[in-house]
Formats: sequence, C-alpha cells, structure tokens
Amino acid sequence: MTNSINNLKENSKENTDMGNTTISTTLSTTEKVALSLKKRHQKEKLFKRIGLFAVIFGFMLVVVLIGDITSKALPAFHQHWVKVDVNYKSAWLNIDDSSALNLKKANYRSVLKKSLYQMFPTASGKKLSRKDKRQLSKLFSTNAEFTLKDTLIASPEHFNKQINVWVRLDDDVDSYLKEGFSSGEAGLRLSQQQAQWVAQLNTEQRIESRFNISFFTASDSREPELAGIKGALTGTLLTMFVTLLLSFPLGVAGALYLEEFAPKNRWTDLIEININNLAAVPSIVFGLLGLAVIINLFGLPRSAPLVGGIVLTLMTLPTIIIASRAAIKAVPPSIREAALGLGASKMQVTFSHVLPQAMPGIITGAIIGIAQALGETAPLLMIGMVAFIVDVPTSIVDSATVLPVQIFLWADSPERAFLAKTSAAILVLLSLLLVINVTATMLRSKFEKK
Amino acid sequence: MNNTDIKQNELAQIELTETVGNIYADDAKMSIRNADVYYGDKQAIHDVSLDLAKNQVTALIGPSGCGKSTFLRCLNRMNDTIDICRITGQLTLDGEDIYAKNLDPVLLRARVGMVFQKPNPFPKSIYDNVAYGARIHGLTNNKAELDEIVETSLQKAGLFNEVKDRLKDPGTGLSGGQQQRLCIARTIAVSPEVILMDEPASALDPIATAIIEELIDELKEKYTIAIVTHSMQQAARVSQHTAYFHMGKLVEMGKTEDIFTRPSHKLTENYITGRFG
Repeated sequence: MTNSINNLKENSKENTDMGNTTISTTLSTTEKVALSLKKRHQKEKLFKRIGLFAVIFGFMLVVVLIGDITSKALPAFHQHWVKVDVNYKSAWLNIDDSSALNLKKANYRSVLKKSLYQMFPTASGKKLSRKDKRQLSKLFSTNAEFTLKDTLIASPEHFNKQINVWVRLDDDVDSYLKEGFSSGEAGLRLSQQQAQWVAQLNTEQRIESRFNISFFTASDSREPELAGIKGALTGTLLTMFVTLLLSFPLGVAGALYLEEFAPKNRWTDLIEININNLAAVPSIVFGLLGLAVIINLFGLPRSAPLVGGIVLTLMTLPTIIIASRAAIKAVPPSIREAALGLGASKMQVTFSHVLPQAMPGIITGAIIGIAQALGETAPLLMIGMVAFIVDVPTSIVDSATVLPVQIFLWADSPERAFLAKTSAAILVLLSLLLVINVTATMLRSKFEKK
Repeated sequence: MNNTDIKQNELAQIELTETVGNIYADDAKMSIRNADVYYGDKQAIHDVSLDLAKNQVTALIGPSGCGKSTFLRCLNRMNDTIDICRITGQLTLDGEDIYAKNLDPVLLRARVGMVFQKPNPFPKSIYDNVAYGARIHGLTNNKAELDEIVETSLQKAGLFNEVKDRLKDPGTGLSGGQQQRLCIARTIAVSPEVILMDEPASALDPIATAIIEELIDELKEKYTIAIVTHSMQQAARVSQHTAYFHMGKLVEMGKTEDIFTRPSHKLTENYITGRFG
C-alpha cells in the first residue's frame, strides 16, 4: 500500500520534473513569468468582481430594507382630523355655569354624541337608531371628548354656544382615508353606513390631514391613533444612559488592568477565555440572570431602566473589553518605554500615553457594544420591560419600555394602523443608531487629531 | 561559506574566561559587580563587572545579541517591565544599590535617563514632549520656569534654533535626526545624572549622526554617559572608555584608544578589525 503511494509520488515528481525541464529548455525566465502573469491577472480580476458583487449586493439589501420600512412608515407620520360642530349646551354638559370646577366635571361625552346626532340627521328626519348611534360615535377617536373638554376649558366663553372643533378620527377611518376610500382591508372594517358618513364628511370638506405630532409626544396607547413613541424613546435613552455609564468605565478599566497591570499567568489566561466566552452568550441568558439576581435577590424594581441598563451592561462589557484590549495592545511599546525611561510611574504612562492613544479604538468598541444593546429585546423581556406602560418614565427606577420592545409589542397588535406605527418606530430606532454612529465618528476623529 | 567556517572555528578555539583590561574607574558614577541577567531559564549576561566613569562616555560594543542592550537597560531598571527577566549582582549609583527593595525605580529613572534606538517622541507638541518629564516629577509649577527648562533643554540638545518658532507643532512631524535630539532634550529636561543611549544614531543618516555625536561630546561635561553602538568608528570618536561584550560576557574593557590600537584579547582584536560581527 505504502509502496504504491510512494511510487505514485515519484511518478508525479518525475512528471513535473520532466515538464519543468522541457519548459526550461525552451523558455526563458521572462517568458515563463509572462505565461503565469496572465493567469495571475485573471485571478485578480475574478476576486475584484466577487468583491464588487458582494458590496453591491449588501448595499442593495440595505436600500431595499430602508425603502420598504420608509414606505410603510410614512402613513404613520400624518393623521386625519375632522371638524365637528359642537354645541356646548349647558343641558348636554349637565352644568349650570362655566365655573372652572364645573367645566372640569361636565359631561363632554354627551355633548359630543348629541352634537354628532345633530350633524347627521337621517334622510327621513327620524331619530338615529341605537345601532347607528353606536356606529357614528365609533368614527371618532375615543380621545375626541377630551379634545372638546380641553377646548372649552381653554376658552370658557364658548359655553352655551356652537363652535367648530377639530377632533381625531378613529384609526380604522384614518386607515380607510389613507388607502384612498378603497374597499380593501381597512374598508372592510367599516359598515356601509359608516363609509357613507365618511364620504359625506369628506365632501363637506370637514376632513383634514395633519402632521402626526402626537406620535412623538405621546406614549403607548391601546388606540393606534393616540399611540406614540415618547415613552419608549425616553426608556431607551435612560437605559442606554445607565448602560454607557456602567459599561464604558468598567470595560476600559478592566481592559487597562488586564493589559497593563495584571501579571501574565494562568489566572489572567482563564479570565481572558471567560471574557471571550461571555461575548458569545445568548443575550436572553443575561435577562434570566438579571431577573434571578438583580430583581429577585437585590430587590431592584422590575421594568426599570436601571435594571435594563445593568443587564445590557453585562452583555456589552465583553465587547468593550475585547475591543479596548486590542486598541491598548496596538499602542507602540516605544511610547511606553519613552515615558518609563523619563521616570513616569506606571499609572502616568497608562493614563497620559496609552489611554489617549488607544481612545479611538476604545470608542469604536464601545459604540459597537452600545449599538448592540440599543437593539436588544430578549433580555429586557425577562426583566419585565415588555409591560404596557402609558406614562413617560421620568427616572431610571420608573417602569419603562424601550424602542425595540415597543416595536415588538406593536408588531403583535391586531389593529391595522399599528403596522405603520411599527415601521415608523423602526425608522426612529435606525435614526437613533445613525445619530450615535455619527457622534462616535466625530469623537473618534477628534481623539485621533490629538 | 568557507569564511564563516573559519570564523566559527576561530571562535571555538578562543575561550572566554576573565575580563581583560581595566574595568575600574577612578571616579565611578555607577559600579556594576558580578551582574547576571536571566530571561526565564536563559542567561543573557554572565558575571559582568565594570565602572562608568563620571562625566565621561563609556561605549558598549559587540556583535548583535551579545547582551549590551540588555545590560544597558539594567542600569535604569527598564528590564523590570519584562516579567521573566531576573537580575543578580551588585549595581550601584553613587554607592547606592539601585536594586535595593526600598528604592523606587521611578526615582532611579529620574536620575538615570535613557535615549532609545528609534526616536520615540510622544504624539504631542514639541513643547509638551520636553516639558513632560518636568511636569510628572513636579519639578516646577511655574509656567515661566517650565518655559525656561524647555528652552535650555532644547538648547543643550542643539535643537532650539530649529524649532523655536514651532514649539506647538507635533514632535512626530520633525525629521528623524531632529526627533532623536528632541528625545535627548526630553531626557535632559529631567536633569538626570546619567544618560543611557541605546544605539541613538543607528536610525539616522551620517549628517544627523555627526550632530548627535558632537552633542554627546558636549553633554559629557554635565552627565555621565553610557552608549551602546554598532559602529566602532562612533565608539572611537565619542567615548573615553570602551567595553567589548561577546555572548553575554564582558571580554575586554579599557581606555578607548587602547582598545582600538592594541586590544589585549583575541576576540576584541577580531571584532575591531572587522573579521566578524
């Protein structure tokens, strides 16, 4: 067996030798190089093409993704309002005068309903049926009565008078209008009578499309026309604040200690392996850890950005440490020697020479880590940041949710209008990411200039 | 091929035993007695003893890998940064043991400065480069005094006239020779007593080298200098004493003119006549 293999080898060797000799007898070195040159150039061309294809493919994917999300998100940025003739009759309001206290406790729901019934008399002049009444009030947002209340409180002189008030339409009507009165999915959710009323409102030019400012100023809501991202955005910013505050100093300190101060022995090797492994741990595991230790053992409040930040710190820390160590390693040793030779202490060498030179790399690593944490959903689900929260959090111990979780919640909602909201929230998240990256690039170039 | 064989044979025949020549100086700034240096299990320096004469230049010469740089780095404890490096023997500065437990290497390095083979200015301004040592040691809190230190240091290093208009420019923007003189100015600014130079001109062109050599000659008025060099001409030009190292051992030491005119040891003779190295 071995013999035959050896024979084979020798044969092939002879063959190549013979080949070589024939070539070398007939061709000069230049000719041989010229022969191989063509093949080498071909390989280079092929590789260039593959690379270019990869870049174009990746770029196309990004364009398609952003384009798709943007086109789906656009409807969320405007909203239809309707002009209603409101009669602030004292009888309907169920109050006697326009004192501040009375205006607060007045029955605006009845004012809205009765004003609407006046606006849409039936063809026969008869009163609206109970079913029609219910369908009519469903055309308007549940928030409409509060709009009436705010209007009257702002200008009490309208008491007992009829004025025009702009109120939001219900999300189903809004979607119906955005789809151009089509009898598509949104249209199917309206009855024939409702569609007729909407058409009537439209011909009377009572409907207007406005920029949806409440998407940025409101928190989450069960009603899509009222839901906004302010709560989730604030939650995200608070959580990222905690994450950055904890993970950046800890990560940099850890990396500096391991690179500059720690003795190189078995323990530091073990720590290094562990850090590398931590970077690969599925993020939901960190969520479980946060639930078991931070919430259950230490008793920190659940759903709080503080806990979310700590959990995301655990996740971000390995990334920052690994990137920082690489950046610190890349600082030329000659700089350290120069400072040491002048009599700088280890601490002075580290903080006045090594750290500033490694800073651009460290910042890049920190941004990668923070960007990762920004989009993280799974670990936050475990610590209760998935709750439905209507209030905007004001501190890091308030209940909060974050943008990715908000996206997850909206994507899960049955209301059709949440589809656009989901895409719009994704767009906001991507913009936030872009802002962070641009800031990082600017910081980086600032440090590099120094 | 044959040449190397002859050299190998010659080397094998010559046995390295005691250092020949005179290792003692009348006025010794630093004294090293029976120094051994180990990198892990490998011994890099074998039983070296010599004196560095005060306000004179001592050149350390020898073929690559003979341990002269390692030896130089022991003199201001730069080898402390290497975990596996171990040093035994008696090394003293003005009679004080520099490896004593209670001696802070930071203090030692303020007294024994070092200039490295490759110019290594900090990526800061020329001014900050020179002022750095004075700042970290707290030599002065006064801006005017610091300016004074920077100016005199640059003047002593023969660089002031070239850079006086651009002290705020980065030190890394200077030419190689200027960078090395900046490094020398930086070392002088701390007012050390001894300056160690590890092949300070090996990365420079002949003109820059000549300037550095002149500078070394001037500096010896105030400082004790030890210089490692690969160039025997340089050793002959700048030094008063020369020590020849071979394979981690000090083969011969003496006055520079003696070493270069009538070496006592066969190895020294071979080296300076250019038969190997």
